[in-house]
Amino acid sequence: MIAEWGHIAQILALICACLLAVIPMVGSYRGYINWMQLARPLAQLQFLFVAIAFAALCYAFIQDDFTISYVAQNSNSKLPWYYKLSAVWGAHEGSLLLWILMLSGWQAAVSVFSRALPLVAIARVLAVMGLISIGFLTFIQFTSNPFETLLPFYPVDGRDLNPLLQDVGLIMHPPMLYMGYVGFAVAFAFAIAALLSGQLDAAWARWSRPWTLAAWISLTVGIALGSWWAYYELGWGGWWFWDPVENASFMPWLAGTALIHSLAVCEKRGVFKLWTVLLALSAFSLSLLGTFLVRSGVLVSVHAFASDPSRGLFILAFLFLVIGGSLGLFAWKGAAIKSRGQYEVVSRETLLLGNNLLLVTATLVVLVGTIWPLIHKEIGWGTISVGPPFFNLLFSILVVPFVFLLGLGPLARWRRQSMAKWRQRILFALGLSISSGIVLNAVFGDVQEFHAALGVVLGIWVVICTLQELLSHQHGNQTLWQALSKLSRSHWGMVLGHLGFAMSVVGIALTSTYTTERDVRMQPGDTQPLAGYVVKFEQVGPMQGPNYRGTAGEFSVWDGDKQIAQLHAEKRQYLASGSMMTEAAIDAGFFRDLFIALGEPLGGDAWAVRLHYKPFVRWIWLGALVMSFGGGLAIFDRRYRVARRRQSSPAQAVQTTEGEAG
Amino acid sequence: MTAMIQTLLLVVGLAYSAVSFATIDAYPFDDNAKENQFRELINELRCPKCQNQTISDSDAGLAKDLKDKTYEMVQQGATKDQVIDYMVQRYGNFVHYQPPVQQTTWVLWFGPFVFLAVALLAVVLVIRKKQPAKAQPQLSETEQQRLQQLLKKDDSPS
Amino acid sequence: MKKQLFLLLPLLAFLAVGVFFYSALFSDPRELESALVGKPVPEFELPNLLEPNQTVSQQAFGDGPYLLNVWATWCPTCRAEHEYLNTLAAQGVKIIGLNYKDEPAKARMWLAQLGDPYVLNVMDYEGTLAIDLGVYGAPETFIVDSNGMILYRHVGDVNARVWQAKLADIYRQAGGL
Repeated sequence: MIAEWGHIAQILALICACLLAVIPMVGSYRGYINWMQLARPLAQLQFLFVAIAFAALCYAFIQDDFTISYVAQNSNSKLPWYYKLSAVWGAHEGSLLLWILMLSGWQAAVSVFSRALPLVAIARVLAVMGLISIGFLTFIQFTSNPFETLLPFYPVDGRDLNPLLQDVGLIMHPPMLYMGYVGFAVAFAFAIAALLSGQLDAAWARWSRPWTLAAWISLTVGIALGSWWAYYELGWGGWWFWDPVENASFMPWLAGTALIHSLAVCEKRGVFKLWTVLLALSAFSLSLLGTFLVRSGVLVSVHAFASDPSRGLFILAFLFLVIGGSLGLFAWKGAAIKSRGQYEVVSRETLLLGNNLLLVTATLVVLVGTIWPLIHKEIGWGTISVGPPFFNLLFSILVVPFVFLLGLGPLARWRRQSMAKWRQRILFALGLSISSGIVLNAVFGDVQEFHAALGVVLGIWVVICTLQELLSHQHGNQTLWQALSKLSRSHWGMVLGHLGFAMSVVGIALTSTYTTERDVRMQPGDTQPLAGYVVKFEQVGPMQGPNYRGTAGEFSVWDGDKQIAQLHAEKRQYLASGSMMTEAAIDAGFFRDLFIALGEPLGGDAWAVRLHYKPFVRWIWLGALVMSFGGGLAIFDRRYRVARRRQSSPAQAVQTTEGEAG
Repeated sequence: MTAMIQTLLLVVGLAYSAVSFATIDAYPFDDNAKENQFRELINELRCPKCQNQTISDSDAGLAKDLKDKTYEMVQQGATKDQVIDYMVQRYGNFVHYQPPVQQTTWVLWFGPFVFLAVALLAVVLVIRKKQPAKAQPQLSETEQQRLQQLLKKDDSPS
Repeated sequence: MKKQLFLLLPLLAFLAVGVFFYSALFSDPRELESALVGKPVPEFELPNLLEPNQTVSQQAFGDGPYLLNVWATWCPTCRAEHEYLNTLAAQGVKIIGLNYKDEPAKARMWLAQLGDPYVLNVMDYEGTLAIDLGVYGAPETFIVDSNGMILYRHVGDVNARVWQAKLADIYRQAGGL
C-alpha cells in the first residue's frame, strides 16, 4: 500500500516540476511578481514529494515487498537490513530515483539558501532546474518505474542484490557520486539564467561558486569512494580501470575543477566570462552524457546498467534538448558578453587560464577516448578498444605542464607578474624539487624508474611553491603566525586543494611503479616472499555467512621475526544467485598496503593465491579527501556569509568588476 | 527459443550485468623481466568474450586461453610487440587497449592536443590585441625588462 | 561575426557526436568483426572428431565455398541452430564443423542424436585453431570461398532469418548452391 503512495508522490512531483518549469519562467518575462514567487514553494514541494516516493521505496525494500518488481529483482529476505537499504539504489530504476532525489534536494537547497538573490534570478534558476526534473521524472515514470508491481503473480522471495554490491562501499559511493553529478545542475541553471538575462557579472560568479564547490566536493569524495571500493571489493587490487562508467564520473570532475578555478577568476577579475559559462554548461552536460553512455547500452562496460533501446532513445532526446538547447543559447547570447579586464601574458590570469585549458584538454582526452570506439565503429572502420595504456600515456604527458602551472599560479600576481622578481623563486623551487625528487627515488626506490621520480618531483614542486606562497604573506615585523592567521578560509582551501592533489599524484606515481603483484601456488604452511616481507599461509577452511557460504584462508605476514599482520581472505558463494565473490584481505598502512586474495583450489591442499604489495596506494584517496576538505573550507569562506547577511552582493560585485556592462 | 527467453530475462532482470571474476592462476616465472612483461601484457590485452575487461581481470575460458598463450610466448622469449601483433592478427585492433596510431585514430590521439594548441594560440592573440599601447612589441628584450622594472612600483595587488 | 562562429563550435561538435549516438543505439556494441576476413584459413593439424586417429589439415576441407561452423555441446545456442544447419546441409550447403573445446564423446553423441550436418568435423580440444581463427565464442560461422579465403564471419546462431538476410548472398556469390 505504502509503495502505491510512493508512486502517487512520484507523479505529484512530476506535476510540481512542470509547474515549476513554466510559471516562474513566464512570470520572469511578464514581470508577474507572484508568479515568480511560486518558484521557491514549488521547488520545496517537489522535493517533499520525491522524498516521500524515495522513502516509500526504502520501506518496500525493508518490508520485503516482493509484489514490486524492482524489489523482487534486487533484494532478498535473507539480506541484512542495511544492504536492503542500499539495494534501493543497486539498479537502474532505484538509482534513477536517487538521482532525482538529489536533484530535488539541490533545488530545495537553492530555494532556501539564496535569499540574497533577486527574484528574477531565483525564479529562472529554479525554473531551469524544474525543466531538468521534468526530464528525469518523465523518464522514470514512463520507462523505468521502480514502483511497477508484479501483481497478481509475485515471487515468494527476491532474486538478491548482486553480491558485488553487498558492501559498505555501495551504501556510500552512489549517493555521494550522484550528489556531485547532479550538483553541477545548479551551476548549469545559474549559467542559463545569466545567459537569459544577459547579466553575466561577478555577482553571478559569486552566487555560483559555493554551489559549484559543494558539487565538486561530493563528486571528489564519490569518485574516491568508488575507486577505494573497486580496490578492495572487486578482488583484483586495481583502483582505476578507465571503464566508461568511471570516465563518465571523471569528465564532469575535470570540467568542474576547471570551473571552480575559472569562477574564481571571473569573480575577482571579471574576465573569462564566456569561458566560465561554457564550463558551467559543460560540467553538467558531461554528467548527462555520462548518464546516457552508462544507461543506454551503447558502450560495453563492466558495470553498465541493463539496457533498453527505448531508454537510450529517451535520454538521447533529452540530451539534445538540454545540451543542444543550452549550447544553442550560448551561441546566441554569448556574442553580447564582453570581458574587459586587462592582463598580460605572464599573470595569474593567464596561468589559471593555462591550467583551465589543460583540464579541458584532459576532459577531451577522456571524452574522445570514451566515445571514439563507438564513432570508429559507426563509421564502419571497425572495432577498437581504448583503455588504460592509452589514457595513462596521455595523462602522464598532460600532468607535467599542469602541475608546473599549478605551482606557479598562486605565486603570480593578478594582471602582470614581472619575470625578474620571479626567476629566482622558480629556479629555487625547480632545483630543489628536481634534485630532492631524484635523490628520494634513488634512495628509497629504483633510480631507473623514471615515472616514480617524476611523480615525486611534481609532488615536491607543489609543496615548495605552496610554502613559498604562504611565506610571501609575511610582511614587515609580523610573525609568520600572524601573517598566516590573516589568510582567508578560501585561501587555505586553495592550499589544501593543491597539497591534496600533489598527494594523489605522488600516490598514483609510486603505486603504479612499485606495486608488486604475484600469483602463486600455496599450501597451508607454505611461505612466500613479498617485497621484503614473508607471507605464510596458515590454514584454510569452510565458513558460513548470513546469505553466503565460502572458504576462508588465514595468512600471517612477517617482517623478519616479527609478525606484522594477520590476514583473513575469503572466497564466498552467495546462496540466492550462486555467484562467487573474492573478499580480499588487506593490511592497510600509510606507506603501503598488503593485499591477499584467495583464488582457486589447485588440487590437493594447494590454492592459487594473489599477493600484492602496494606502496602509497592510500595517498591516492587521502589526497582526494584533503582536496575535498579544502573545497569545504572555501565554501565556508566569510565572504559568502557576509555577502548573504548584507544582501548587497550585486553592489559589491559592481566594484570588483570595474563597471562592466553585461 | 527457451534459451533466448532465458538470456533475455537475464539481460533485463540483472541490473548490473553479470561480471565474471578473475580466477587467480599461478603463472610461475624464473625471470623477473619476463614476469613484468607478462603482467603488462595481460593488463593491456582485452578479453574479446567479456564485458570491458582485460584478460587478467576476466575468468572467461577464452581469457584463460589467451593468458596461457601469452605466458607461453613470453616464456619462449617473445617481445611485447610480438605478442600484441600475434593477438591483433587474430582478434583485430579490438584486442589491444591501446589503439594503433593511424588515420582513423588521429582524432583520438591528437584531437585534444590540437585543441590545446589552437586555444593557447587564441589566448595569446587575444591578450596581444587587448594590451594597451604602452607594451610596444617593438621594444627589445632589455628595454622591456627596464620598462618592467620601472612599472614595478605600481604593480600592486588588486 | 567571427566570434559568433566560434561560439557555435561547441553546439556543432555536440550535434555531430549526437548523430553517432543515435545510430549507435541501434547497433550491438558487442559485435566484433573478424580480423581474418580476406585471409586464408589458418594452417592446422588436428584430429578428425569421428575418427580420432586420423589427422586432418585444411587440405581435407576440399573445394569451397563452404561454411566453417564453430560449435560445442556446452553451448546452448549451438543446439538452437543445429536443426537449421541440418536443413542447410540437406539443401546442399557444404558445412565443415570445428568442435571447440569439447568432450569428444559428448560431441559424437550429440551428432548421433541430433543429426550430422557436417561433411567433416575437426576436433579442437585445446582451442588452438580457434585462437588462430579469432573465435571468441560459440557458435561462429565462417564463409570460405573456393580459394580457401575467409569471406565473412557470423557470430551467433545461424537461423532462417540470418541466412536469408546476410549469409545466403555471400555464399551464392562465392559460387555455392
